[in-house]
Amino acid sequence: MPLPIVLAIALMLAGAGTLLRGSVIAGESLSQEEVVEGQEEFVPISELPPEDRLPAAPLLIAAYSFVWVVLLVYLWSIWRRLTKLEKELADFARTVSLKRAGPDG
Amino acid sequence: MSNRIFGLLLAASILLCVGAPLMIAWAPYESTMGLVQKIFYFHVPSWMIMFLSVFICGVASMFVIFRRSYRADRIALAAAELAVVFGLIGLVTGPLWARKAWGVWWQWDARLTSALVLWTIFIAYLLLRRYGGPGSERLSAAVALFGMANVPFVYWSVNVWRTVHPKTTVVPSLGPGMREAFWWCAGAFLCVYLLFLVLRIRLEEKRLELESLYLTSEDQYKNYG
Repeated sequence: MPLPIVLAIALMLAGAGTLLRGSVIAGESLSQEEVVEGQEEFVPISELPPEDRLPAAPLLIAAYSFVWVVLLVYLWSIWRRLTKLEKELADFARTVSLKRAGPDG
Repeated sequence: MSNRIFGLLLAASILLCVGAPLMIAWAPYESTMGLVQKIFYFHVPSWMIMFLSVFICGVASMFVIFRRSYRADRIALAAAELAVVFGLIGLVTGPLWARKAWGVWWQWDARLTSALVLWTIFIAYLLLRRYGGPGSERLSAAVALFGMANVPFVYWSVNVWRTVHPKTTVVPSLGPGMREAFWWCAGAFLCVYLLFLVLRIRLEEKRLELESLYLTSEDQYKNYG
């Protein structure tokens, strides 16, 4: 392999390594700087404004329903496409057999 | 694939899918997120299956590029379509979880953005196959290889870059109750995936059979004609 290409690859790898290491160090130093402040008071959930009271159940039900809907719709789509193809194959076979039988047929 | 194996796969899928909600309900609540964390049991398996599908598509695409294998092309197309389906599940269930856990639907961080990019690569693959015309198989195979090369970046992004997304250490460190429910759901997703893959490959084979029949009959008419 020519030397300039080897050098270019080595430089690219070194650059990527530095970038990766830099981002890891930055992440670590940021997480060290984080200080969790102590709560000054406890607020009952009933005192929160309605927009901040987010129940988990509707989100869980929505996610679960979505999974079932997607899987069932995909299954239905495969079944529909298979049925259509099988019908076309049967039609084709019928047309060919009719043509083979000839016009007097 | 024989009908017996197909039947077994169907039975396993039904059994695991019916059992999954019970396993999820039985699993203990996570200490900080509570009920909404239970989305994890189908959000993570959907991405695991998406990655598996991308890998299958990528390997099959190598055979398409280097060996011009038609069988591999059928497998690659089926796997790409399923990668989009399971990716869609992951992309929708994630924000539903994030809304409660993080307070936002979406965050443009490394994991979420790279996962979205991976998904759009496979959308591009399908569009290329649909509208690319003759010869698009090899071009789309190259796109699939590009997509497969992205998977390690998506997977490791949570460990390398600063992100709000949970890290990859979450799954191996799952406690009793959570672990069983998670692997049960992963098994259910895997069975459903294999079932869909077999059906989708069968569909592609039928389509090619019809296409070759039309071409043969056209040639015959031209020869007699």
